[in-house]
Amino acid sequence: MELQKEQVLEKTDEALLSVKNLTTYYITREIGTCKAVNDVSFEIKSGETLGLVGETGAGKTTIAYSILRLLQMPPAKIISGEIMWNGEDLLKMSAAKMRKIRGHEISMVFQDPMTALNPIDPVGDQIAEVIYLHKKVSRAEAKKLAAEMLEVVGIPKERFYEYPHQFSGGMKQRVVIAIALACNPKLLIADEPTTALDVTIQAQVLELMNDLKRKNGTSVLLITHDLGIIAEMCERVAVIYAGQIVELGTALDIFDNTAHPYTIGLFESLPSVASGRRLIPIPGMMPDPSNLPEGCKFAERCRYATDECRKQEIELVEVTPGHYCRCIHSRCKEG
Amino acid sequence: MAPILEVKDLKKYFNVRSGVLHAVDGLSFTINKGETLGVVGESGCGKSTLGRVILHLHESTGGTVLFKGEDITRVDRDKLSRLRHDMQFIFQDPFSSLNPRMTIFQTIAEPLMIARKYLKISSAEIEQKVYNMMDTVGLARRLVNTYPHELDGGRRQRIGIGRALIMEPDFVVCDEPVSALDVSIQAQIINLLLDIQEQKGLTYIFITHDLSVVRYISNDIMVMYLGKMVEKADKEELFKRPLHPYTKALLAAVPVADVHHKKQHIPLQGELTSPINPKPGCRFAKRCSYAQPQCFAETPELQEVCEEHFVACHYVKSINGLE
Amino acid sequence: MNNVDQKEVKINRREIRKRSMMQESLERLVRNKTAMAGFAVIVTVAILSALAGVICPEGYDAQDVTKAFIRPGKEYILGTDNLGRSMLARVLYGGRISLTIGIISTSISAALGIILGSLAGYYGNKVDNIIMRTLDVFHAIPNTLLAIAISSAMGGGIVNAMIAVGISGVPNFAKVVRAPILAVKESEFVEAARSIDATNARIIFRHILPNVLSPIIITITGQLAGSILAASSLSFLGLGVQPPMPEWGSLIANARQYIRDYSYLVSIPGLAIAAVVLSMNLFGDGLRDALDPKLKN
Repeated sequence: MELQKEQVLEKTDEALLSVKNLTTYYITREIGTCKAVNDVSFEIKSGETLGLVGETGAGKTTIAYSILRLLQMPPAKIISGEIMWNGEDLLKMSAAKMRKIRGHEISMVFQDPMTALNPIDPVGDQIAEVIYLHKKVSRAEAKKLAAEMLEVVGIPKERFYEYPHQFSGGMKQRVVIAIALACNPKLLIADEPTTALDVTIQAQVLELMNDLKRKNGTSVLLITHDLGIIAEMCERVAVIYAGQIVELGTALDIFDNTAHPYTIGLFESLPSVASGRRLIPIPGMMPDPSNLPEGCKFAERCRYATDECRKQEIELVEVTPGHYCRCIHSRCKEG
Repeated sequence: MAPILEVKDLKKYFNVRSGVLHAVDGLSFTINKGETLGVVGESGCGKSTLGRVILHLHESTGGTVLFKGEDITRVDRDKLSRLRHDMQFIFQDPFSSLNPRMTIFQTIAEPLMIARKYLKISSAEIEQKVYNMMDTVGLARRLVNTYPHELDGGRRQRIGIGRALIMEPDFVVCDEPVSALDVSIQAQIINLLLDIQEQKGLTYIFITHDLSVVRYISNDIMVMYLGKMVEKADKEELFKRPLHPYTKALLAAVPVADVHHKKQHIPLQGELTSPINPKPGCRFAKRCSYAQPQCFAETPELQEVCEEHFVACHYVKSINGLE
Repeated sequence: MNNVDQKEVKINRREIRKRSMMQESLERLVRNKTAMAGFAVIVTVAILSALAGVICPEGYDAQDVTKAFIRPGKEYILGTDNLGRSMLARVLYGGRISLTIGIISTSISAALGIILGSLAGYYGNKVDNIIMRTLDVFHAIPNTLLAIAISSAMGGGIVNAMIAVGISGVPNFAKVVRAPILAVKESEFVEAARSIDATNARIIFRHILPNVLSPIIITITGQLAGSILAASSLSFLGLGVQPPMPEWGSLIANARQYIRDYSYLVSIPGLAIAAVVLSMNLFGDGLRDALDPKLKN
């Protein structure tokens, strides 16, 4: 792995980002307490890509926003947890210090490229702004670096002064990626970065992200519902259901040695893996986060569920080295 | 197997400020009764417009459409009414395709209410039909008086399906019916559509951008690009032997949920060309790595390269070693 | 058959509460104290005015010059005017007139405005252009001024006042209705309605208008307040309601000359107008907040 230009990052086994027991709720008068994230813990090492896979309402975006402290509080409230970054807890940091980190050391690519860019600013300026804010360079120098960044993401630098509406969806997303990577962050959080894009454009954007992260040793927290993207991009995977991590392991663990019934259900719902056999959907729906059931949150949809599953809260257990599963009936072959 | 739908050289053009947008530009195909034609393509290929033109939600600009042998290209108000009993549409977005101020009952009953005089049915019969339809699409009867905003995407889509099927049509155009849903719910809805098709002998046009879904649900698949059909074949044939360069790139681009799968990236240069005032020549030529001068001058015609496998490409044989 | 639904063990509590969006909005409205205060004032004024015959059986024109200019106190709660008429009676009967003018002229504005706005929004193009440009001409003239112009052309009197104020409010409704119709018209559920063979009329009345109710309701409350003000201005100027009918505006007009020595003759009807208009505005604001779709989820 290359040494980065600015930060000398040795590939260590130490975690770059360490999320410990994060619990985030949304509290409103009308709905009550929506338990979006419940005691989530995971680590990302430097240079590693961790995939966060789950369906709508599982809590993935809330986790991302909690890390970057972008939640609107109220109604959101981080009840407990620590997010360790470089020896410090992001949740306890002052707003000013957090601002220095956002966009610089940790940056984010949002889902919808159509709305992530300011329509009245030229794209080059939007990249330059991030550089100017975080690095001690002049505005002219920032513009120069921004133009280089455009080239890196495959946009000719002659288009520096064009406006977002003059670009297609895929190009806009490249600009968003350019903004996110402009200050060479150590961690990139990508929230469904290609969901709004066409398949062939998605392939280009994913390849771009792979290239850039390999060149710069960037760690990535990739949030998606698409298991195909996970297979292509991620070394490690965390499966989220009802605000909890139900399975965590390497990509190989998750794909070849699937342990949790929900993950198994996800695979069985995919038409791509089915060849002639009927799709087996997961019956029912994800529970309402403002009304979570006791015990295992997946029990009511699970074909392996027993009474024991509903009685106590299920813990995350290591079924094989590095592979964790929150299920007492884990289907892991060695567990 | 008699064809239920025959489309010949169908065209739909829109007048926009900068010229004429060729949304659908000369499509010809047939569908047999009880089968599903999958239509795939990316943004701007015209697949959604195609579905809407067939159902007369847009009026076609040219070409003919034959339904059950009858020419339905131009219809008057009465004929259109009766046609709407036989051909229906399932919309993509379960959030915007339902009237937020109507209950499930009202939404599903509405087609019956509109046709009440023609069908000569009573309110009691309407009520019974609605309940039966709710059972068929898997909606609990206790939800009958709820509003869309109280329900999730999967249930809302079931309402949309119920509304489309209550008049017992023979032919249904499904426009990306599962794209807006979560993976596990997608599977439920796909199975539902397949079950109903089997029970009632329905014919579907299934429009989607999701290649894995289309492979699962279709008999034949048609690939569209900027208003033109570039390839059409039986589904297994298409996936095993894609012949058109665009189809190859499309199939190679889909991420596969298997860590051992080696990704074959077929890069497409550049961006989509514009469907407004298109020049003659293959629409895909600009992005095609096999393009020759002829491709930029002459529009390729659809040819039957192998049995029931149609491709619109000047060099399809040489690219695939089929001389 | 896909009996997926029946497999749910835990019934989602939200499903049992069969609440329409209207009910949710109503609950939000009721929680808004200022809006409810406004509502209370309007209702009180309406009830008192309706009961004017019971509270002041002598009517609004019972003159007794010997009892002129009595200040508000124990004998006459709101005092008497220059002709010895009870101010309480004048104000209460006046309330009837003001509220009636408000309601009827707003109804005229709403009916005409909604129809014109719907046609313009739904059919678009030429129809839209003709209707909206014509209404623009009316809209360019300040509301009250327009009412005055129409009223003077038609002559005075309460009926003409209602028509004048009604017409001057039409462009407002038309604009307010047209914009959301343009938006809703493109919705998929409208397209869906066409696909199930709904006629244009059905689409407008069953699908589009109910989804455009919120701005209409809010405009109605605003227009009610505005109409009352406009009517008062008209009678203040001697157009509209003629004496001895005790419309609030004309009460102020009559009392103008006495403002120095007997200011209560001006301030009492003035306060009445202010209270009702303010309350309607507060209630209208509360309604807008309650119906705001962004706060819905």
